[in-house]
Amino acid sequence: MLPRVLSKKGFKGFVGALMSRNSVAGPVAKENKFVFQELDRADDLRMDYPIALMSPKKYFMPQYEALLRYKLGDAVQLEPPPAPTRPQVVLGAHPCDMASTWLLDAVFADGPGDPAYLGRRERAAVIGLDCNKPCDECAFCLDMGSLPRRDGADLFLTDLGDRYFVEILSPRGKELLDGATREAHPAASADFAARQEVEDQKAKSFRHKLPFDVKYLPEILDESYDSLIWEAIGRRCFSCGSCNIICPTCYCFDVQERVALSLKEGERMRVWDSCQLVDFAEVAGGENFRQRRADRLRHRFFRKGKYILEDFGRMGCVGCGRCDRVCVAKISSVETYNQIAGSR
Amino acid sequence: MSVPATSTSVASTPAATPFLPKLARIVAAEQFTPKEKWFRVVPHDGRPLAHPPMSFVQVSVFGVGEAPISVCSSPTREQAFELCVRAVGSVTNAMHQLGVGDTLGIRGPFGNGFDPSAHKGKDFLFVAGGLGLAPARSLIQYVLDRRQDYGKVTILVGARTPGDLLFQGDIQEWVSRPDVQTLVTVDRPAEGWKGNVGVITTLFKKIKINPAATLAVIIGPPIMFKYAVLEALSCGIPENRCICSLERRMKCGLGWCGHCQIRGTYVCKEGPVFTYEQVKRLREGI
Repeated sequence: MLPRVLSKKGFKGFVGALMSRNSVAGPVAKENKFVFQELDRADDLRMDYPIALMSPKKYFMPQYEALLRYKLGDAVQLEPPPAPTRPQVVLGAHPCDMASTWLLDAVFADGPGDPAYLGRRERAAVIGLDCNKPCDECAFCLDMGSLPRRDGADLFLTDLGDRYFVEILSPRGKELLDGATREAHPAASADFAARQEVEDQKAKSFRHKLPFDVKYLPEILDESYDSLIWEAIGRRCFSCGSCNIICPTCYCFDVQERVALSLKEGERMRVWDSCQLVDFAEVAGGENFRQRRADRLRHRFFRKGKYILEDFGRMGCVGCGRCDRVCVAKISSVETYNQIAGSR
Repeated sequence: MSVPATSTSVASTPAATPFLPKLARIVAAEQFTPKEKWFRVVPHDGRPLAHPPMSFVQVSVFGVGEAPISVCSSPTREQAFELCVRAVGSVTNAMHQLGVGDTLGIRGPFGNGFDPSAHKGKDFLFVAGGLGLAPARSLIQYVLDRRQDYGKVTILVGARTPGDLLFQGDIQEWVSRPDVQTLVTVDRPAEGWKGNVGVITTLFKKIKINPAATLAVIIGPPIMFKYAVLEALSCGIPENRCICSLERRMKCGLGWCGHCQIRGTYVCKEGPVFTYEQVKRLREGI
């Protein structure tokens, strides 16, 4: 489908039309950061945001989510949780957040498939937004191959100053665009030229942070498995789990029971979990197979750079740099990858 | 314009959530020891579990939670299946309060299990320590129910004390069978104990096996596994015919929650049954 252009003014109308029928989540300012939030007013939308504190993962895999509900009594009654009905639009997701969404889509389509996740994804349209310049020093999306990603997006926008260049990536995206605005005109050669100008600027401003091609990362990690580097970095780690909670590709979870005060009914909840917490790999008999901080830290790095790649063919790390930004011990993924590569 | 229902980017949504358990009824129960209780369970829908030996189910006690439990009976036995549960956590302690007529939730079976039909004609050496006898029993029963399909069967059972021995009725039956060699040992004897005393590896001196034809199925606490594998290897059994089952705390059983992961391996899907050849590469495995 041929790309369109939409003036900034036309875009406002487009967002308004979307908001009238859907729950629309997009980047908004919060204190000195940006977060994805359901929009109350189209004016709150900040399409100039560098990066959101957390990715839009929460809309597809909520931090707390009922897996099933039950009524207790003489005969137990089970029911699956009610499906959300209001369609959703996630607006302004950057390439790293779409790369991570693509990965989660593959994860939860695996095996029997998770209808809760897939159902939310099916009902949600994603409108991506290109990064015309790096968000900050932490990001290494270029190295991880997620900068050019459009995965899972129905529409993809590039800011051309006074207008957006709109790539239509799915029939649903086209339907959504045509249904919400009449001001998206076919892109002319001047628009393509402006789009190319953005690409040229990007090529100058995004710099590689890793001294090796990412395809070698699994091998580099493998060679580091027995290195004291993990012990050295692990010493600094507080095992707080912030890196997991902030990560757009982390999908490990705990399952918890939530029983009503009446003791007559309850829910089984899926809750985000962290492989950095000390009891994550503990078993009933009391054995803990990753008791040491260094082992847990190494496990996280190996998941991101090797295991997930082996299972799903795409990096478990999208290079968004969120884990580095939130780490209280200032442990950096980029520096760690550099250190293990430098030690070869 | 509301979001159209169709999507090109995402796999279509399956109808049933794999997190929804089937209801099942406890039809028999026995307190084996103060810590271990045995249950026979029949699903409400009457359909057999159809599990491979050495697989597991996720057992729900509604209002308390869900825990992974090995199935300790063979699929060759009727429609019911059996569980032997040590009271160590919230779910298992709650299970100990349940008895005949009570309801459980069951999801599964999960895990690769072990396919004995691929090993017809082979000799089996079972080495089961403590609660490891529960998963081992699902395969022991299978092999004994199809006795003519298999060669020599040797069963080594170890427990801390005579009072800790599980499945005592089964053990008596195995001891009395002429077509099975069964040896039992305890770490610490009690008054009246006339059997073997010592860790389970001491029994290896008392048996004769043909390493070229034997599968060693070794299930017990990690420390036992290490020393029992050493004995099995000393007997000449190759690494890929030392079979074990790993305990992990699976929250989903579906390869998602991450709790059972050992390096890149999800024990709930790729395990819990592994050969020593595989386990030695996992490193965090034992």
